[in-house]
Amino acid sequence: ASGAALGLGRPAFDEEIAAWDVKVLPDGRGLPEGSGDVWTGDEVFAEYCAACHGDFAEGRDAWPVLAGGFDTLDDRDPVKTVGSYWPYLSTVWDYVHRSMPFGAAGTLTDDEVYAITAYILYSNDLVDEDFVLSRETFGDVVMYNADGFIVDDRPVTEYPIWTGEPCMSDCKSAPAEITRRATDVGVTPADDGSMAESQMEKELASLGGVE
Amino acid sequence: MKSYLTRRALLRSGIASGASLVAAGTVAAQDGPDPLIIETQDWAMFTGDAVDATPYGMPIRFEADVIRRNVPWLTADPISSINFTPIHALDGTITPQGCAFERHHSGAIELAKEDYRLMLNGLVDQPLIFTYEDLERFPRENHVYFCECAANTGMEWAGAQLNGVQFTHGMIHNMEYTGIPLRTLLNEAGLGAAGDLADKWVYVEGADASSNGRSIPMEKALDDVIVAFKANGEALRKEHGYPVRLVVPGWEGNLWVKWLRRIEVTDVAVESREETSKYTDVLADGTARKWTWVMDAKSVITSPSPQQPITHGNGPLVITGLAWSGRGKITRVDVSKDGGMTWETARLGRQGDTKALTRFYLDTEWNGEPWLLQARAMDETGYVQPTKDQLREVRGENSIYHNNCIQTWALASDGRAENVEVS
Repeated sequence: ASGAALGLGRPAFDEEIAAWDVKVLPDGRGLPEGSGDVWTGDEVFAEYCAACHGDFAEGRDAWPVLAGGFDTLDDRDPVKTVGSYWPYLSTVWDYVHRSMPFGAAGTLTDDEVYAITAYILYSNDLVDEDFVLSRETFGDVVMYNADGFIVDDRPVTEYPIWTGEPCMSDCKSAPAEITRRATDVGVTPADDGSMAESQMEKELASLGGVE
Repeated sequence: MKSYLTRRALLRSGIASGASLVAAGTVAAQDGPDPLIIETQDWAMFTGDAVDATPYGMPIRFEADVIRRNVPWLTADPISSINFTPIHALDGTITPQGCAFERHHSGAIELAKEDYRLMLNGLVDQPLIFTYEDLERFPRENHVYFCECAANTGMEWAGAQLNGVQFTHGMIHNMEYTGIPLRTLLNEAGLGAAGDLADKWVYVEGADASSNGRSIPMEKALDDVIVAFKANGEALRKEHGYPVRLVVPGWEGNLWVKWLRRIEVTDVAVESREETSKYTDVLADGTARKWTWVMDAKSVITSPSPQQPITHGNGPLVITGLAWSGRGKITRVDVSKDGGMTWETARLGRQGDTKALTRFYLDTEWNGEPWLLQARAMDETGYVQPTKDQLREVRGENSIYHNNCIQTWALASDGRAENVEVS
């Protein structure tokens, strides 16, 4: 960056930064004092979370599943949960703390967030039932899919093969044939937004949403 | 189930059932003089609305179908959800804000300018707080960019699913933004404290309950990212981040943080929920790509399409659509009528802008033959938009995001078009 500052804005107070900068980094920086155990988490989860996410974090209706799905990531329909997919524990604490429960975000105490996080870990068999999560024990947790991510490699794996002068004629060995039709699936909303119930269930079962 | 598209097509052509669209559309021959011409019409006799009737107008009622639509089964509830821009009915490149798609994670919040605060903190020389008024005193720039949701076309990975370009490609809008380069604000706070900028990050988050925090590498933050407060000439719409949002040219829409409240310089990526659990792309072997920020070159024919059947019968036909690339300008769009066997180069409505929607036209002739219509974009890097099968070969079917495949519409001899896949 270059150029002279204009002198706009005012210095931020420490209290203001503390109020808004609540992020937690993968190495645990940003975690507050406090702690929570699995069984307290079970109770808090039942009160604030289970109505959508199920008593065992297994998910209700179309709400997100938080537990299970191990070793399904290469399946036809992967089940991506905190246990099976999320690489960092910090993200669980941070997201629950700042954005959950859905509709009443930011209302949980730090200890409650520690307890809920401990319970989600327990629901995923990642910790024992006597586990107590705190800033001190945070580093003891090993996330199942911590090594499951690679940095965007499209510049190596895709761009070279799809760059260059494209074919303009006789581009296929045989004339194109229709192999799939959207009207066979029949899930496009009607004018009034309605769709046959059976079709909706079929789609919820077979497709991931945009979330 | 009767599809929306079929019903709309029938309504347009003014027939209840039975007769083909082409027959209904072919009304060129007139039995006699046209009463719309030889009889004086009301609008030529009486007065219209006064200038004080509509301080801020909406489209005329005949355009009532040019609206955002949602697909209820896509998400668990309509608050953390998506709707779709009616790109089938639009032309040119600028998206009217009132029907530009929305994607929220905890709803569209109402945040007044006087309540607005922007914090800059972290590895900066002086953490700062800005009011909205402060932001209006920084030097401004104007740029047109597309904002495409990472999940646009995501429901189509496993097959042809939704029968309309609004639904398959409508998680996109393109606006002219007025705002401040992010680098200007970072410079105001001072980056001396950050030391070597090469490995630093900027974490951005919104004022809403979901926060939508995302990490952006410093190189991009200092390049073309904008803190925007006007779109298409006026204030941002509430649902698009009023009063201030981030504009991240060429990159997936999730990074375009709305109701922007905090910008922090960090020494690592935060690896927030929206860049670990979400917006990571699972490959066939179960590993996942992270930080897939750029939206690659893509195009789609918007007319004819399932929501825009041909109703005018044989003869001259305008094939039109949109092309865009997160890696620069669109340089060329090719159109195929036979599912990719042969291609002809379309005409660009005007020279493509970098990282912005570009309109293309192919002025042609149709005489009722069934076509398998496709468009194929090229950008200034030489990248050619791939087919869905080519993408699947590299990625499998479960990456959800970043589906920039070539779309096929099967045009039937009655003028209707359908979303299909071809061999």
